[in-house]
Amino acid sequence: MKKLVASVLCLALLAVVLSGCGSSSNNTSSNTSTNSASAVTGSIAMDGSSALLPLAQTAATQFQAKNPDCAITVNGGGSGTGLNDVLAGTVDIGNSDVYANEKLTAADAAKLVDHKVAVIGVAPIVNADVAAKVKTLTSSQLLGIFTGTTKNWSEVGGPSEAITIINRPSSSGTRSLFQKWALGGQKSAEGSTSLQTDDSKALLTTVGSTKGAIGYVALSYLTNPNPQVGTVGIDGVDASYANIYSNKYQVWGYEHMYTNGQPKANVKAFLDFMTSAEMSGTIESSGYGVIASLNSAAAASR
Amino acid sequence: MKESKLRKLKTEYLGRTIVTVFGISIIVLTLAILAFLGYKGSATFLVNRHSLASFLFSSNWDPQQAGQTGSVGSAVFIVGTLEVAALALLIATPFSLAVAIFISDLAPRVGQRFLRPIVEIFVGIPSVVYGWLGLTVLVPFVAKIFHLPFGFSVLSAGLVLAVMIFPTITSVAADALQATPLESKEASYALGSTRWQMIRRVALRYGRTGILTGIVLGLARACGEALAVAMVVGQSNSFAHGILAPTNTITAVITSSMGNTVNGSEYNNALWSLAFLLLLISLVFIIVIRVIGRQREER
Repeated sequence: MKKLVASVLCLALLAVVLSGCGSSSNNTSSNTSTNSASAVTGSIAMDGSSALLPLAQTAATQFQAKNPDCAITVNGGGSGTGLNDVLAGTVDIGNSDVYANEKLTAADAAKLVDHKVAVIGVAPIVNADVAAKVKTLTSSQLLGIFTGTTKNWSEVGGPSEAITIINRPSSSGTRSLFQKWALGGQKSAEGSTSLQTDDSKALLTTVGSTKGAIGYVALSYLTNPNPQVGTVGIDGVDASYANIYSNKYQVWGYEHMYTNGQPKANVKAFLDFMTSAEMSGTIESSGYGVIASLNSAAAASR
Repeated sequence: MKESKLRKLKTEYLGRTIVTVFGISIIVLTLAILAFLGYKGSATFLVNRHSLASFLFSSNWDPQQAGQTGSVGSAVFIVGTLEVAALALLIATPFSLAVAIFISDLAPRVGQRFLRPIVEIFVGIPSVVYGWLGLTVLVPFVAKIFHLPFGFSVLSAGLVLAVMIFPTITSVAADALQATPLESKEASYALGSTRWQMIRRVALRYGRTGILTGIVLGLARACGEALAVAMVVGQSNSFAHGILAPTNTITAVITSSMGNTVNGSEYNNALWSLAFLLLLISLVFIIVIRVIGRQREER
C-alpha cells in the first residue's frame, strides 16, 4: 500500500516537472510570435442578451486567436442579466438588445456607457402553409393580426386557417422591438389563440409545427434555411439588411455592449475590434448588420 | 485521564459536532431561503404598492421595467398551475394505485423485482426529456386527435405531469400497502375474504393515510415542475376555457422572464412574489402531509 502511494506520488511529481517544462517552452515560442502585434492581456467577462450571444462568441474566439494572452468568457442569460451584472460589477461587459433606460431606472442607466456593436433586424415569420400564399402584409394587416381583430388567414389573402400568434414573453427585447416598430407601439392581444415561447429557437420550432402560426425572430436566427417557416415582408419590403441600411425596412434595433463607466484598456480593445472593418464580414454572415453601413436617414431614425 | 478525554472527544463529541453542524446549517439554509423569498416577494406590495387582492385575483398581467409601473394580476398563472396539477393527479392516481396494489399484494415477487425498478427509472429521467417528448410527440398528437390548430393545452401539460408524478405516488403508496400487518391480512382471509376483498377492506384501508401522503407529494411536485410544463402548456396569458385550451403556470412565467428583467424593477419583483407564492403553496402541502402523518400515528 505504502509503495503504491509512493510510486503514485513520484509519477505525479514527474508529471508536474514535465508539464512545467512544456508550458515554459510554449510561453517562449508564443512570446516571440505575438510580440510584434499589440498584445492584449488579462481577462474579459461578459454575459446577457441571448440574441447577441452567437456573435459575441465568434468575436471572442477571433479576438483570442490574435491575442492569446487575453482570456474572454462569454455567457448568455438574457438582457436583464447582462444589465444587472454589469451594474453590479460582476462582468466587464453587459450585452443587451435594448437601451439600458428601457429596463433600468434613469439613475442606474446613467452609470453605464453604451457601445453599439451591431444592428439586429426582426422579421415576422409564418408557418410554411401560410408562407406559400402570403409574401407580404401591410402594416395595418399585421396590426390587425397581432391585436386579434384578424382571426383567419383568408382575410389577408392566405389559406383558410385560424391564426395563432406566437409571442415572446413581454420582457423580451425582440418583442419590444417588434411591438415598437412593426406594431406602432400597440400591444399584442392575449388570449387562447396567443401563445408564448421562452426563446427564439423554440419559437421557430413552434411556428414551424403549428398551422396558421405567426411569430417574429431576429434575422440572426434565419441564417440557415428552414423549410418549415417563411418570412413575410412588411408593406412590400422584405426584412433584409440591404433594406435596413437604406432605411426602407424599419423593424430593427441596435445590439448594445454596456460597460460600467469607461472601459479598461483590454475591454476597450475588444470593443474596438467588435466594430472594426475586419469584423464586418463576420457580423453580416452571422445574421447581424454593420452599423457603419446604415445610410444617414436610417441612422437618424433611432 | 487525559487519554480517555481525548478518546471520548474522538468517539463521541467529534461525530456529534459534525452531525449537529450539518443539521443546523440545513435549517438555517431553509429559513434563509424563506426569508429571502419573503423579502424579495414583498417588494411588489411594499415598494410597488400593489394590493394583495390585485395580485391574486386580477388577470391583468402587464408589469413594467425602468422604474415604471403597470399591473401584476397573476390569477391566470395561479389558476393554471392548480388546473394542470389537478388534472395530472386525476390521471396519475388510478395508475399509481393499481401498480401499488400489484406490487404489494397481487404479484409481490414480480412487482418487487421488476415493476418497482421500472417505476423508479421514471424518476431518473430528466424533466427536459419529458418536455421534449411532450413537445415533439404529444402536442402534435393532441392537435391531430382533437382537430385543433395546435396541441399546446392543459391536457398536454396534465399528461406530461401525470407521467412525472406517477412514480412518486406509486412508491409511497406501495410502501404503505406493504406495511399492512400480515396478521390483519390473514385474519381477513380466515374470515373467508377473497384476495380482492382483502385488498379493498384491509390493505387499502390500512394504507389510506400513506396513499394520501403519496398523492399530496405528487401534487406538490406537479405544482413546482417548471421546464416540462412550460414546453407544452402554450404559455398563453389567458384562462383555459376547457382542458384543450392553452394557459400559463407560475413556474413557466418565472423561467421565461427572469433573465430579461433587472433587479428592483416591478417586473422582477412580481416574479419574486410568484416564487414566494409557489413556496407558500408547497408549504401548505407539507403541512397537509404532516397532519395526515399525525393522524396515522394516533391510530
